[in-house]
Amino acid sequence: MALNSRIPEGPLDQKWTKYKNTVRLVNPANKRNIDVIVVGTGLAGASAAASLAEMGYKVKALCFQDSPRRAHSIAAQGGINAAKNYMNDGDSVYRLFYDTIKGGDYRSREANVHRLAEVSANIIDQCVAQGVPFARDYGGLLDNRSFGGTQVSRTFYAKGQTGQQLLLGAYSALSRQVGKGNVKMLNRHEMLDLVLIDGKARGIIARNLITGELERHSAHAVVLCTGGYGNVFFLSTNAMGSNVTAAWRAHKKGAWMANPCFTQIHPTCIPVSGDHQSKLTLMSESLRNDGRIWVPKHKEDVEAIRAKKLRPVDIPEDRRDYYLERRYPAFGNLVPRDIASRAAKERCDAGFGVNATGEAVYLDFSSAIVRYGKAEANVKGLHHATDAEIIALGKQVVESKYGNLFQMYEQIVAENPYETPMMIYPAVHYTMGGLWVDYELMTSIPGCYACGEANFSDHGANRLGASALMQGLADGYFVLPYTIGNYLADEIRTGAISTDAPEFAAAENKVRAELEHFFSNKGTKPVDYFHKKLGKIMWDKCGMARNAQGLQEAIVEIRQLREEFYKDVRVTGKMNGMNPELEKACRVSDFLELGELMCMDALNRNESCGGHFREEFQTEEGEALRDDENYMYVAGWEFTGNPSEPKLNKEDLVYENIKVSARSYK
Amino acid sequence: MNLTLKIWRQESTNAPGKIVDYKVTDISEDMSFLEMLDVLNYQLVEKGEDAVTFDHDCREGICGMCSMFINGEAHGPNRGVTTCQLHMRSFKDGDTIYIEPWRSTAFPVVKDLMVDRAAFDRIQQAGGFVSVNTSGNTLDANAIPVPKDDADKAFDAATCIGCGACVASCPNGSAMLFVSAKVSQFALLPQGQVERQDRVLNMVKQMDEEGFGNCSNIGACEVQCPKGISIENIARMNREYVLANIKPEN
Repeated sequence: MALNSRIPEGPLDQKWTKYKNTVRLVNPANKRNIDVIVVGTGLAGASAAASLAEMGYKVKALCFQDSPRRAHSIAAQGGINAAKNYMNDGDSVYRLFYDTIKGGDYRSREANVHRLAEVSANIIDQCVAQGVPFARDYGGLLDNRSFGGTQVSRTFYAKGQTGQQLLLGAYSALSRQVGKGNVKMLNRHEMLDLVLIDGKARGIIARNLITGELERHSAHAVVLCTGGYGNVFFLSTNAMGSNVTAAWRAHKKGAWMANPCFTQIHPTCIPVSGDHQSKLTLMSESLRNDGRIWVPKHKEDVEAIRAKKLRPVDIPEDRRDYYLERRYPAFGNLVPRDIASRAAKERCDAGFGVNATGEAVYLDFSSAIVRYGKAEANVKGLHHATDAEIIALGKQVVESKYGNLFQMYEQIVAENPYETPMMIYPAVHYTMGGLWVDYELMTSIPGCYACGEANFSDHGANRLGASALMQGLADGYFVLPYTIGNYLADEIRTGAISTDAPEFAAAENKVRAELEHFFSNKGTKPVDYFHKKLGKIMWDKCGMARNAQGLQEAIVEIRQLREEFYKDVRVTGKMNGMNPELEKACRVSDFLELGELMCMDALNRNESCGGHFREEFQTEEGEALRDDENYMYVAGWEFTGNPSEPKLNKEDLVYENIKVSARSYK
Repeated sequence: MNLTLKIWRQESTNAPGKIVDYKVTDISEDMSFLEMLDVLNYQLVEKGEDAVTFDHDCREGICGMCSMFINGEAHGPNRGVTTCQLHMRSFKDGDTIYIEPWRSTAFPVVKDLMVDRAAFDRIQQAGGFVSVNTSGNTLDANAIPVPKDDADKAFDAATCIGCGACVASCPNGSAMLFVSAKVSQFALLPQGQVERQDRVLNMVKQMDEEGFGNCSNIGACEVQCPKGISIENIARMNREYVLANIKPEN
């Protein structure tokens, strides 16, 4: 079946304007009688809930954390892109659009991405108006920096806490609406099923995580802003609670999952230190503005470093291999994430990894410290500054840009990154795949929408840095509030939806039975046992590099693990009360189905593109080799009742405005 | 290393609680404090016992979920870190570690080490915002330059993670550091000026209604704050509050 993305007619740069001018509206009196449920309160969810409430809809918002301010958007570090061209470096809406399509390796939708670039500038205006304290220069105007995959500086930032500041901005807008009574906020609630009546999304079943009660909530539309599913790998930069459950349960009710194998492995994370590890910590991509990535050129230096007989600072320049600068001179250390990650893996696989496990490379700030120190000395009129003075001044500048990141690194690794290079290695970070949505951000279930990382639409096979914050806020502030009206215009006569409908009872009973199983199965092993096993299968066989044989093995192994999980998982505590072990069991049960689908999707896609690297499909130089003739489509997977037998639907991608070519950053 | 843990267990908000002893063995110094508790919980579940409930999410010191009193100090013995960033290298073999929830009237215990901090949300809802609706037609972001020093100070105040360590550390159970950080952020920026006076009055009123204590300049909040929020913000909020109260129309 072909998917209809409902992209408006007309020239690319006029589609969104024309859409907004002609989309159906819901008058203010009718909005008061329409309920919308927003699940998740990260950037997409908080901004959507606040905006919808401001417009007059009756909104209910849910988060599983104790406050909407905790959503994992808060941990985004480096920045948010916007085509403002404040730096006068030739940026434009078209360039942001082009960089995003190319960065996504020609696997995203032109119309969606262009719209994203168009509204990007509004996001910055909106956030500044809310009092978000972005970094400014001495003239009081906003500062910008560069991120990977671009040759302009279009990234707005607030030190290494940009996500925190943007989320707190959206949270403040949401709080204002909660205070006014326009949003009913349900903290510590988790959606466990989507309820459909006559084929339309009409509500959800949620568990009150404090009392354990199952609750029915009805609405005229349900908006899923539930983030990504990177925790299927167990170890990722996601928060411990980040999960796929809401999205997956919508999938099982008819929402198609698109390109689930498109996973972003972020090149600069703190390496794994042992089996006890519960999560991985990102070191922002912004560090690649100033940090240079290298490994020793010679194996004997690698051996000496691993044996702790040599320190990295003792290795002279001519014995270092700045491999990104060597392989990609045009973009250097600022190549996109997929490319930087693969290059790190290539060096480590070749035996040049610099820590005991052989899985780490250096990210070195020493030359940036000297460069900034000299500039600062000039500013201060210190024309005869000593080397020590220059380094001290340079460290101050680096501290002002990245202070919190350096502090985080030192806490975890117990080494001072001002004195010695950081050690980093790629880790699972973001999922480009997600629920399939059309141009209006509606999933394949009428009345069910997906925004932010939960949908698949804008980043293709690889997301550029600082674009997740942009997309989350674009969807929530500027896209969904318009597009949802086109559906709700037909709902003005529906009236309140009763939660006594048999569909609600059936969904609630099914969820209750699933929860009860975890207590009645008499298992022996904690949830984490299975989650770690699943994570290892996914990382080894569906991670940075994949091949057909490994994926086929993974599918079999995941099926076996899933069977074992239901037989042998042990959940203690009570069903009717706070029980984090039960929450984990629910989430892992969904990861065990999603993982299989990711492997099937990766196996189906016989090409390499972006973060999806199939070893069988690469150029002689080891770069990804796309197959546009056969795979220039979105794979939308439909649930058929059995997780092992999904049905593939295709949406062909059409490029009318960009010439599709091999992606090069050389 | 091998450790003895003395952990506060409490079934629910109104149930009585008590300290229960546990032993953990083979703890690596590279583990975070919460990973050490993961080890304990894994063992408890294997034995069929209820795991220890605690709040945590990002495990990188920014979400503000984790909230433990460790050996009598909020977020443990180190400064400038949250519980999730505390590593076991800060302890030694044979140590006994006391682990308790935040203690404050305004933060009732939900279960074990998990508390209810919804009071912070309600203070935010009372005025912690700039009343600007979503629109694509706000001023261009560079239309109002903001002196770098003000922007930096506003940012420093805005880095509060809302964990509640300030309240838990204060002998009075005061939330002044948390509230003043938000009041300061907006008082320092041009965007916050229109509602400047109403904001401080409304947020302080809500803070008082929630049952937080008063500030008597002890300063424990600043010492224990994992984000180094300065007590100067409290001075600024007091000034804002006085000025708002002496305005003729008030």
